Amino acid sequence: MKGYRYLAGVVSLGLDVETCVGCGACAEVCPHQVFMVEGGKARLADRDGCMECGACANNCPVAAIVVKPGVGCAAYVIQKWWQELTGRSGATGCC
Amino acid sequence: MEKLAIPIIQPQEVSCCGGPGGPPAGPHERPGYQLCPYVMDFVESPTGPVPRLASSLNWRDRLGTVRARLGLRRNNYRVAPGLYCVGQPDRQSPVLVTANYKLTLDTLRKNLRGIPAWILVLDTRGINVWCAAAHQTFGTAELVKRLTLCRLEQVVEHRRLIVPQLGAAGVSAPRTRKQSGFEVVWGPLRAGDLPGFLANDSRAGGPMRQLTFTLGERLVLVPVELTLALKPALLVLAAIFLWSGLGPGLFSLTAAWSRWLVAAPAFLAGLLAGAVLVPLFLPWLPFRAFYRKGLVAGLPAVGLLWWFGAAISGTESAALALICLAVSSYAAMNFTGATPYASPSGVEKEMRQGIPLQALMGLAALVFWLLAAFQGGGL
Repeated sequence: MKGYRYLAGVVSLGLDVETCVGCGACAEVCPHQVFMVEGGKARLADRDGCMECGACANNCPVAAIVVKPGVGCAAYVIQKWWQELTGRSGATGCC
Repeated sequence: MEKLAIPIIQPQEVSCCGGPGGPPAGPHERPGYQLCPYVMDFVESPTGPVPRLASSLNWRDRLGTVRARLGLRRNNYRVAPGLYCVGQPDRQSPVLVTANYKLTLDTLRKNLRGIPAWILVLDTRGINVWCAAAHQTFGTAELVKRLTLCRLEQVVEHRRLIVPQLGAAGVSAPRTRKQSGFEVVWGPLRAGDLPGFLANDSRAGGPMRQLTFTLGERLVLVPVELTLALKPALLVLAAIFLWSGLGPGLFSLTAAWSRWLVAAPAFLAGLLAGAVLVPLFLPWLPFRAFYRKGLVAGLPAVGLLWWFGAAISGTESAALALICLAVSSYAAMNFTGATPYASPSGVEKEMRQGIPLQALMGLAALVFWLLAAFQGGGL
């Protein structure tokens, strides 16, 4: 994304090039231009640009993409930790 | 007997209740339902009347937008899911899929002036497309269910749905086709690009697929950040008051008040730095992790401490600087959720570094602030 860059080398995104059929669905839905389709196969052109929204994996017809989707929101992470810690859900008022 | 003849009063002459009343009830009024002010009229379709949306916003819509942007009533600002339309759509007109957050529907319809289209509104619990897609409420199951309920296949002859690109995390094009026979065409990221997209045979050019996070797009998020921070901030301000009163004489109301007047601005300055300066200067602040950006944004607020000059001791200055930076860092970290590029793995990683640091700084601030009360001298 132009003008912005988040932490490098952290995302859970993976592409199985063997399985890929090169349909280009991932490149079309990705809002961060992470994928490029060349020679009938997709490749990760900008892995660190990924925000793990999961759109690519959700639309891959051959399940060649793995990603742990979620929302990059501190309030949400705190809520999740709180739930793991206490077993109770705590609403934060946002996502 | 003639005197008893009572003149017949014509109904239109009766004006006791401020006039003859409004127009008679329309054919679309139903007991227990209310017509929405953003619905102009109804279009007949093979499945019954479909509400036609106004493609311009009135003062009520704008007031609702302001309220939602301020974070007031934001969680229940929704429209009924189902089929709507704009213009004079026919059986070939495009079908646009959207969320039932009123702000989302308003953004969509105001960009469709002069364009005939069907609008399929999914039940996303009043949440926008992108966030709802992350929670699968804007998802394949709801889409298939809704187009079946609306009997969309009877309304249009084609089998194409234009779904916003940001809904792709929830809607799966291959599964939608398998389950409903409808093909998903990915629309542009922004509703503003829809007229260009539709004019270009439903093809999105490069910029239509690329996210931006401009100054305007960042600033519009600030009021909600502040509203969400209000409740915890009031609690902290109350706690600062109590903490400020502790001292050699156990608790002093005078000290609580006079020291609160110094500590509260430091806390608020930190909050404003994190929740306003960080969104404002986001692309130019050094570091990638938001908690670090927050530390940087808090520095000018720390500079304000000079304003208090010699009135406070070194221990007190240290306490105020620490609380200011800790709060700014925390508030900046909270802004991750409002940005369109922070990954959950990244947020979790920076929180494992940021939260211990912020907690340590906060704790040190409390100790220094208490210590200063016993040192005397300053305030």
